[in-house]
Amino acid sequence: MPTDVEEWKSEVYGQEIRDHLMEFAEEGWESIPDDEHDAWFERFKWWGLYHQRAGQESYFMMRIGTPNGVLEPGQLEVVGEVADEYARGPAENPEFGAAYADFTTRQSIQLHWIRLEDVPEVFDKLESNGLTTQQACGDSWRNIVGCPVAGKDANEVVDALPVAENLNETFKGDEDHSNLPRKWKVSVTGCREGCGQGDINDLALEPAEKNGRMGFNVRVGGGLARNEPRLARGLDVFVEPDQAEAVSGGLSALFREYGDRENRYNARMKFLVDEWGAQEVRETLQEEFVDFELERAGEDLRDQYTYNAGTGPAAGSHDHADGAAADGGVAAQYPGGDHDHIGVHPQGDDNFYVGLNVMVGRMGAADCLELAELADDYGSGEVRLTQRQNVIVTDVPESELDAFLAEPLLDDYAPDPSPFERGSIACTGTEFCSLSIVETKNRQVRFARWLKGNVDLPDGIEEFHIHLSGCTASCAQPQIADVSLRGMKTRKNGEAVEALDIGLGGGLGEEPRFADWVAQRVPADEVPGAIENLLANFAEVREDGESFREFVENRDEETLAELIEPEETSYTDPYMHNTKLTWYPYAEEDDMDDGPAPVASDDYPVESDD
Amino acid sequence: MTAPLRVLDDGAWLSVSDSRAVGVGELWRLSGFCECEQADFVVEGFTGTGVDGRTVEVRAYGTCIVCNEEGPTDWLPVGRLVDTDTPRRTDGERGVFHKLANSAPAAGAGSRGVTRQPATRSGSSENL
Repeated sequence: MPTDVEEWKSEVYGQEIRDHLMEFAEEGWESIPDDEHDAWFERFKWWGLYHQRAGQESYFMMRIGTPNGVLEPGQLEVVGEVADEYARGPAENPEFGAAYADFTTRQSIQLHWIRLEDVPEVFDKLESNGLTTQQACGDSWRNIVGCPVAGKDANEVVDALPVAENLNETFKGDEDHSNLPRKWKVSVTGCREGCGQGDINDLALEPAEKNGRMGFNVRVGGGLARNEPRLARGLDVFVEPDQAEAVSGGLSALFREYGDRENRYNARMKFLVDEWGAQEVRETLQEEFVDFELERAGEDLRDQYTYNAGTGPAAGSHDHADGAAADGGVAAQYPGGDHDHIGVHPQGDDNFYVGLNVMVGRMGAADCLELAELADDYGSGEVRLTQRQNVIVTDVPESELDAFLAEPLLDDYAPDPSPFERGSIACTGTEFCSLSIVETKNRQVRFARWLKGNVDLPDGIEEFHIHLSGCTASCAQPQIADVSLRGMKTRKNGEAVEALDIGLGGGLGEEPRFADWVAQRVPADEVPGAIENLLANFAEVREDGESFREFVENRDEETLAELIEPEETSYTDPYMHNTKLTWYPYAEEDDMDDGPAPVASDDYPVESDD
Repeated sequence: MTAPLRVLDDGAWLSVSDSRAVGVGELWRLSGFCECEQADFVVEGFTGTGVDGRTVEVRAYGTCIVCNEEGPTDWLPVGRLVDTDTPRRTDGERGVFHKLANSAPAAGAGSRGVTRQPATRSGSSENL
């Protein structure tokens, strides 16, 4: 029996949702029939609108999909202006202020507190500047991700950006692919580092060579959500760039036809690959969805992958930073960053790109506007987003580097941040999300701040990734971090408090692995102490030259659990209470009943017995 | 009068009559979930919903924070459908009983309104 969601989708879905959305926006929030809220909020996702959590009714998160993370000149300014004018809620965030944009792990942008009545104006502004929210959420092709310096990288082996752009143009709005059983996440990578994170996508195109021709090997069925993480599995298919559209469309159609529409939990491609195996997927693709002979896989470059590989910069012999040290100029002052694009790096032309750290991916609206201006002044105006929630300013001539790096804004968004700052990723959390169990972004900022001031990484460890996800949906990709944090609850002194499970040793690279969950329900205020003690124990116990990931791989979970010694420290956590039961965790009066939502189109709270 | 029950957003919450009635993240005291006399159960997701008479029930997935047992629950009552317009919860995080003072199921309510649903993971699934 189809789910309610499938029934709603069969009635109205895809492009046609827009007319209804605009009508509701015109008439105001109250015009959505009470008994159709669930259906319309589900449909609105296709246009990038996600109803915020309980206590924040009538406000929406708006996601803007930026293919491959590329913001063309002028577009960041537009994002900043929209955030400034429309993404202001009824309360401020104590770390980030009243209006901000979030850069996500899928190289997209999220704005919050968007009012339905403002959607037409926001759409007009975005779309007149080449931006769109279309298919940013919902059951279809999501924002396509890839190496954030595709087309700029001095060592790219396949020109991936035109492929990603073509897939975006082809399958955004294509009615044949607009109503899939569930989301469809695609990664296209052409660099040697593996930074497209193809292993955790439904469909991954990864660089490969066959008989002297460069193209992509195809992998399918990766993903992290819930407690069912999967690495994408090789399909034994090689495609040249001009075949990528046909094969990607064929696989999307295969998923459309054979994905599970009766059980949304089971509807992801990873479960279809589990059930069929990669060989049957390949055979079905060949027999039913492409009209040419598929080639067997080429020789991949996975043994050269260094992105999040847990090996340290020294191992990255073919990385984006190639030439930085040899250059001897400004780039050499910012070594490293070859795994996360932070710092100054040479492009394939004579220019440089500069990766800037954005704590937990959140940038104030005013800072967005200032960065857009700096990108215009010093570079081409283009800005790119990474899958580590950071930004890259591209096309900076060497003659402009010193002046750009001296800009005061870069004190807050540094090209040379501390390892704990640059290694931090956090999802949305209970600030806005229905599924999250704990507060995340502000907490992760406080974690990084405390670790920076109190903890040194052991010798030879230059990168250390800590990813905090509020639940098992894994939007912060916790399973592929050195230290994985996942929201839970526990009791401390008899009181229910927010807590985190701790996992260790996850990452990508040639041999990706998911973190081992070794400690459960550590009270959140004891987590920084646990990380401090873990690193001290690691430094003491490690064998010579053992990386942190190797250290974890070489020990059993019981041993590792003993090395995590949670304890209270000077760190303080203002979010230990049940933030999910507040209308907004940072409001002075935060009880559910104190919030203003839902808010009517005339700005007054809607009368309600809730 | 119908009272559609749905688990939505990847199991994040139970919708009763298109209103959010119960969400994840709370601690519930349960009997019979694990070997603890009374489990202290973190609700991580809902996997199905149904009704037994006027009693709204859910199946949840989560973990007992006392003994570390994790998994799905049996059917749990979370409230009752009564003749008022607004769903209400009455006992916060202390227990599993949430009084849903909502539209009473009536004749012709349809399968979603009055019949216990199979325990499928029926929520829509969205990663933010």
